[in-house]
Amino acid sequence: MATAEFGSHNWGMVVDVDKCIGCNACVIACQAENNIPLNTQDRVERARSISWIRVERYWEGDFPDAKARFIPIMCQHCENAPCEPVCPVYATYHNSEGMNVQVYNRCVGTRYCANGCPYIVRFFNYWEPVWPKSLRNHLNPDVTIRSRGIMEKCSFCVHRIRRVSRKARSEGHEVADGAVQTACSSSCPTSALIFGNFNDPNSKVSQMKEDQRHYTLLDQFGTDPNVIYLAKIDADKKVGAGEAASHG
Amino acid sequence: MQQRRELDQVYINRKLLNGQLDTPKWWAPTVTFLGVVVVIGLVVISIMINKGLGVTGLSRPVYWGLFITTFVFWVGISHAGIMISAILRLTQAEWRRPVTRAAELLTVFSLLTALVFPLIHAGRPWRIAYWIMPYDISRGIYPNIRSPLIMDPVAIGTYLTGSTLFLYIALLPDLGNLRDRTTGWQNAMYTVLALGWRGNPRQWKMQTVGGILLSALMLPIFVSVHSIVSWDFAIASAVEGWHSTIFAPYFVIGAVHSGVSAVVTMMALMRWLWKWDDFIRPEHFDALARLLIVVATGWLAFTFLELTFALYGQDAPEIALREMQMFQWPWNMLFIIFFLTAYLIPVPLWLFKRVRNNIAMMFWTSILVNVGMWLERFLIIVPGLARRTPFVYTWEAYRPSGVEWMIFIWAFAWVTFLMLLFSRFFPLVPLFEAKESQVFTDDVMIGRAKVPAIVREAD
Repeated sequence: MATAEFGSHNWGMVVDVDKCIGCNACVIACQAENNIPLNTQDRVERARSISWIRVERYWEGDFPDAKARFIPIMCQHCENAPCEPVCPVYATYHNSEGMNVQVYNRCVGTRYCANGCPYIVRFFNYWEPVWPKSLRNHLNPDVTIRSRGIMEKCSFCVHRIRRVSRKARSEGHEVADGAVQTACSSSCPTSALIFGNFNDPNSKVSQMKEDQRHYTLLDQFGTDPNVIYLAKIDADKKVGAGEAASHG
Repeated sequence: MQQRRELDQVYINRKLLNGQLDTPKWWAPTVTFLGVVVVIGLVVISIMINKGLGVTGLSRPVYWGLFITTFVFWVGISHAGIMISAILRLTQAEWRRPVTRAAELLTVFSLLTALVFPLIHAGRPWRIAYWIMPYDISRGIYPNIRSPLIMDPVAIGTYLTGSTLFLYIALLPDLGNLRDRTTGWQNAMYTVLALGWRGNPRQWKMQTVGGILLSALMLPIFVSVHSIVSWDFAIASAVEGWHSTIFAPYFVIGAVHSGVSAVVTMMALMRWLWKWDDFIRPEHFDALARLLIVVATGWLAFTFLELTFALYGQDAPEIALREMQMFQWPWNMLFIIFFLTAYLIPVPLWLFKRVRNNIAMMFWTSILVNVGMWLERFLIIVPGLARRTPFVYTWEAYRPSGVEWMIFIWAFAWVTFLMLLFSRFFPLVPLFEAKESQVFTDDVMIGRAKVPAIVREAD
């Protein structure tokens, strides 16, 4: 492990659903940061839109007490990822920093990983990506533009992690908590998305993870995600730990 | 057992070699037409590779659709060959003789077609080399052998090699026969292909032993191929309708069902097109239909077991998927057609001897089975992906595009084209088997009636 001497990392995210106001700033930030082609009307209608993070609406409770909720969903970077063993070419695998990574150059586009993913957060490039001329110069030089025929998904802004840890290593100190921010977490106006290192017991994410509201998405699949959600608090209802655990 | 004509060897030769020595009149126009369809299909495939998979109807989350369904369908058809020639050879079922070669051919050609689908279905088909071969050893990246997509090419490759060898060994005596009856370039071709076949006892012995050995070796492959294809789906633990532990035997028996039905279709066509009434007789259809009744009923049991296992867990998403698969439009329509064509219409019909001995009825019922079996695969693969899952705003978004249907049609034209091309140069009914079955048959007197009977040699 290259970063071993500077402390091992297990990158992860805590999503406080209670703080999320559903403004979609994270979606736009991700789109701009990661060179994701525009989701034009045609793409959305053909159900081929690509959004590494999305704010999904869901219903809680039964009518007439039903409540509309929303929740940001991105790749959960599962420790036990169903997408990894099925890839014939190791284009997706788990790296030593707790991330599920996608190697674009290896991908042949069988789309098997996407079938395995219960969160449906893997995206296939059905066409060569195109941008309007006015946006060509806005592309992020740190992020590969994915050609058609390959899979892509949330990378936890791995280029930002690399940039910060490289700098920290050259300066001879460890990566400070909060020094790495993903595009979504840095754009979130209410700090609902917190990114950090789960291996550091003093990091913000490690402490938030212990909150009694914590849960993981679709935990019946045993995927052991590195994205931890904190349950929504109902203003008119007192939430106990038991309810939080059954949430989602 | 019907009355049967005594056939002399000259008649067998003349009749069975009519494809090679005097080609029927319909052959050239049919092959030209199929050739055109094949070329159009190849052009469509090239366009798809050139433009990208955007030209298909696939979406998110329906990432697999018509192509994978058709792949599974053709792999299923390929199970005919070994079922008919290897299993029936090892069990010494005499009636298999005239059908063996057609069945093996169907295996080889349908496998060749099936193989195309996963490859063109990949996002970057020009990169499939390192999907299948560990060429990148210098970087330490091997193909991921945990993935069923690696086991697939291995299983299918082995099956294809084995069945090609099997087909070739069974072809050797007939190649020798053709070599002796042709002149010019054809003679030169058959001379090379016949590998010096002279028909002496040693060669016959080796040919027989080789055939039996290959039959026995092919049996485990036969079981493994469709098991592995089924694992493509069964290991996707998060997809309802896919993650079933019963899939391996379920797919294998379904494959036998569709494969043997395809052989029946082919036998009827051979009987009509080449007028081989003396060789492909109603009793063969009768025997295959009896086999099919057993296989189809076994398959039906597995279908019910699959549903039982799915519902037994009382898992809400699983029940929702089954509800969609069976009761929601348009899946319910497909489900009804599937169930009628794969079992409810053909199998009760086959219970009647009149149907089993009626070539036209057998032809149409066997076609029905394959319509149903194709739909079965479609109903397993697509609803599993198109189902409504939590936290996803798109679902049920799949309508196969024109390009997909064109390539689907191409596959059928391609298999028929290869088959007819083969029939021009090689006999579709093995001559030596036809002659051998004459040797093994005799007439016995039962009362006053002279009834044909089958006698086997002592060894």
